[in-house]
Amino acid sequence: MKKEITFTLNNEKVVVEVDPGWTLLYLLREVFELTGTKEGCGVGECGACTVIVDGDAVSSCLYPVLEAEGKNVITIEGVAASDGTLHPLQQAFIDNNGVQCGYCTSGMIMSAKALLEKKAVPTEEDIRTSIAGNICRCTGYVQIVESVQQAAERMKK
Amino acid sequence: MSNYEYHKPQTVKEAIGLMESLENAKYIAGGTDVIVLVKQEKLAPANLVSLRNISELVYIDTKDGLKLGAGVTHSAIANNEFIRKRYSALADAAGAVGSKQIRNVATMGGNICNAAPSADTACPLLVLDAKIVIDGKAGKREVPIDDFFLGPNKVALNAGELVTGFVLPDLGSNTGSAYIKHARRQAMDLPIIGIAARAAIKIDGNEAVCRDSFVAGNDISQTIKRLEDERLVFEDVRIAMGVVAPRPVRAKKAEEAIKGKIISEKLLKEIGEIAASESQPRDSIRGEAWYRREMVKVLTGRAILRSIGRIVGPEQMTNPNRLW
Repeated sequence: MKKEITFTLNNEKVVVEVDPGWTLLYLLREVFELTGTKEGCGVGECGACTVIVDGDAVSSCLYPVLEAEGKNVITIEGVAASDGTLHPLQQAFIDNNGVQCGYCTSGMIMSAKALLEKKAVPTEEDIRTSIAGNICRCTGYVQIVESVQQAAERMKK
Repeated sequence: MSNYEYHKPQTVKEAIGLMESLENAKYIAGGTDVIVLVKQEKLAPANLVSLRNISELVYIDTKDGLKLGAGVTHSAIANNEFIRKRYSALADAAGAVGSKQIRNVATMGGNICNAAPSADTACPLLVLDAKIVIDGKAGKREVPIDDFFLGPNKVALNAGELVTGFVLPDLGSNTGSAYIKHARRQAMDLPIIGIAARAAIKIDGNEAVCRDSFVAGNDISQTIKRLEDERLVFEDVRIAMGVVAPRPVRAKKAEEAIKGKIISEKLLKEIGEIAASESQPRDSIRGEAWYRREMVKVLTGRAILRSIGRIVGPEQMTNPNRLW
């Protein structure tokens, strides 16, 4: 039986009919067509589906859609400024070659964003802990960590 | 996409009522186990009763010991300054579960009720003498954690009952605890084994004066060497082991053997041997039985040392106001 939920998606209030058996990921990709959020493993192991709910990074593939009611959800599509200017994290990933195939990138950026919102000057360990649940199969994570470090520095200014 | 109805009660009472009236219903908290099982078709509930919107399940009460709501997330525990200092083993374990994404939603109650032999928070709760608070249509009851685990994914809950919280006693300022998760990688992995320890120490002649020798060295094992012939003894020790039996277990013989003894490296080695003899590990994809048993020997001593470090080490001291 479909139910109606209301929540904030990328700073806009949305009202949508959902099936209780959906995950948040399904709603984002299949209904809102926000396909920047990726499905990797589908069981919370890989981090590709990471979105920010009320300030915390969560795996949207394990998030029951009805729990989104009243929440503030940010996806990769809501990270850049409304005029299209990239977020410092996005720019830093480009500048530091933090992206290779790109599949993990949305999740990486969401995890890093959640960290920087809580801790503007993170240690390398903070960064590595925050993205420990985001698996990248292309790189050795070094450029990704450097990207986050540079974004944090740019955001301080 | 699955076929279940999803219910969001606001109170424990309402949740218990729903559980009673609905067919084929299951509680869900953070969902990091339940949704996975549903997706893998190992579980096909017709109804999920969510415990996420019940505010009475979310509390961290530090008056007189520690009381935790079952709905408290692993992140909340790992980041809580009081728990890190006074119930360090629990903070160690909560911070070692899964990833940030998992810890932000996964709850203590869920980790315990799922009752995997590898559940990280189970060993700390065993050494910290936790009691589980359970509510159901027959009313409230408390169960010591050691009686709660029955086997893999089996716990002492009757139909419709749910865990509402945990009660941990005040363990005194001469107590430290630690949990060591031994895994191939630090995140998103289950432990090959997990060892929790809690140690309370005392000095013969109860004069409590500040001793510089305690805090001079960084490495606690160096401190121990200096103290070996002195009268620093174990007052009480708890050891719990994960993944070495069908359920998380205490190493009770080892605990008994260590009580009242002068702290020394030799003693810790012996204790490790006894703990290993109490373990019944099996071969699995993560590690073979012999290896697990060897690691019990190593990590038991290490976990006890780390616990002592938290009493006497300046960095992570349980109670910074109390130096000998």
